[in-house]
Amino acid sequence: MKTKLACKNVYLLNFSRNSTDRVTDKVPVKEKKLMDVKLGELPSWILMRDFTPKGIAGAFQRGYYRYYNKYVNVKRGGVAGISMVLAAYVLFNYCRCYKELKHERLRKYH
Amino acid sequence: MNESLFTSFITPTMVGIPIVLLIIMFPSILFPSPSRLIDNRLVSIQQWLVRLTSKQMLSIHSHKGQTWALMLMSLILFIGSTNLLGLLPHSFTPTTQLSMNLGMAIPLWAGTVATGFRYKTKASLAHFLPQGTPFPLIPMLVIIETISLFIQPVALAVRLTANITAGHLLIHLIGGATLTLTSISTITAFITFTVLVLLTILEFAVALIQAYVFTLLVSLYLHDNT
Repeated sequence: MKTKLACKNVYLLNFSRNSTDRVTDKVPVKEKKLMDVKLGELPSWILMRDFTPKGIAGAFQRGYYRYYNKYVNVKRGGVAGISMVLAAYVLFNYCRCYKELKHERLRKYH
Repeated sequence: MNESLFTSFITPTMVGIPIVLLIIMFPSILFPSPSRLIDNRLVSIQQWLVRLTSKQMLSIHSHKGQTWALMLMSLILFIGSTNLLGLLPHSFTPTTQLSMNLGMAIPLWAGTVATGFRYKTKASLAHFLPQGTPFPLIPMLVIIETISLFIQPVALAVRLTANITAGHLLIHLIGGATLTLTSISTITAFITFTVLVLLTILEFAVALIQAYVFTLLVSLYLHDNT
C-alpha cells in the first residue's frame, strides 16, 4: 500500500502535466533543459548559458552528435541522413546569394 | 548577364563576414571517423572506397612512398568531395579558386622534389637528362627538363581550376539558354535541356576524375623521387 502511494507520487512528480507538481521545478534555472524552462525565466536562462569559445564548441559538438546519432549512426541508415544535410547546405547557399539571385527572377520589369 | 555569370566564383561573404573558411571545412563533417569494427553504413561505404582507392594508388610505390598514403588519400577525398558539393545548386566550389589549388599543388610538388633531392640526390638530378640523348643536345635538354619540372605545380593547379570553372560556366550558360529558349521555341529548348543533362553527367564524372588526376600526378612525382 505504501509502495503504491510512493509510486503514484513519483509518477506525479516527474510526469504530471500540472506544472505545480513536476520535479524540474525544484532544480536551479541554470541546469534546466530548454523545454523545462518557464517563459518568464527564459531571458535569465539565456544569459546564464556558457558563451565562452569552449562552451560554444561544446554546443556545436552536442548538436552534431545529436543529429549524427539519430540519423546516421543507426543500424539501417538510409540516404535521408546525409541528404538532409545537403538540403540544408543548398538552402544556406541560397540564402547567402539571394541578393544576386533576386535580379534573375522571370519578371517583365526588374 | 556578364555580371551574373561570374558572381558564383567570388569569395563568399555573408553580411560582410567572409565565410569561405566555413565552406571549405564543410565537407569534413560528411566523413565521420570510424569508431567501431563495423560502423554505420555511411562510414562503411567510405571505408570501402578509401581502401579500394588506396590499394590501387599506392601499389606502385616503394616503402618510402607509401608513407605518403594518408596525404594522398585525404587529398583525393577533399578534392572529390569539394568538386561534387560544387555541383549542388548555388554552392561555392573552393577548387575554382586558383589560389587554393596553387596552395595545394606547390607544397605537395615541392615536398616530392625535396624528398627526391634529399634521399636520392644523384637519381633526382639524373631525371633532368633522359637516357640516350645525343651529346650536343644535352644543354638544351637540361634546360627543357628544368622548365618542365618547374611547370609541374602550375600545371596541376591550373588544370584543376580550369576544368572545374569551365564546367560550372558551361552549366550556367546552357541553363540560362534553356530557360530563355522555352518562350521562343520549345523544341530547341528541349534539345538544349538534353545537352544540359548530359553536361551535368559529365560534370559529375569530371569532378571525380579531376580529383583522381591530381592525386595520381602527385603520386607519380613522388614515385619518381623515392
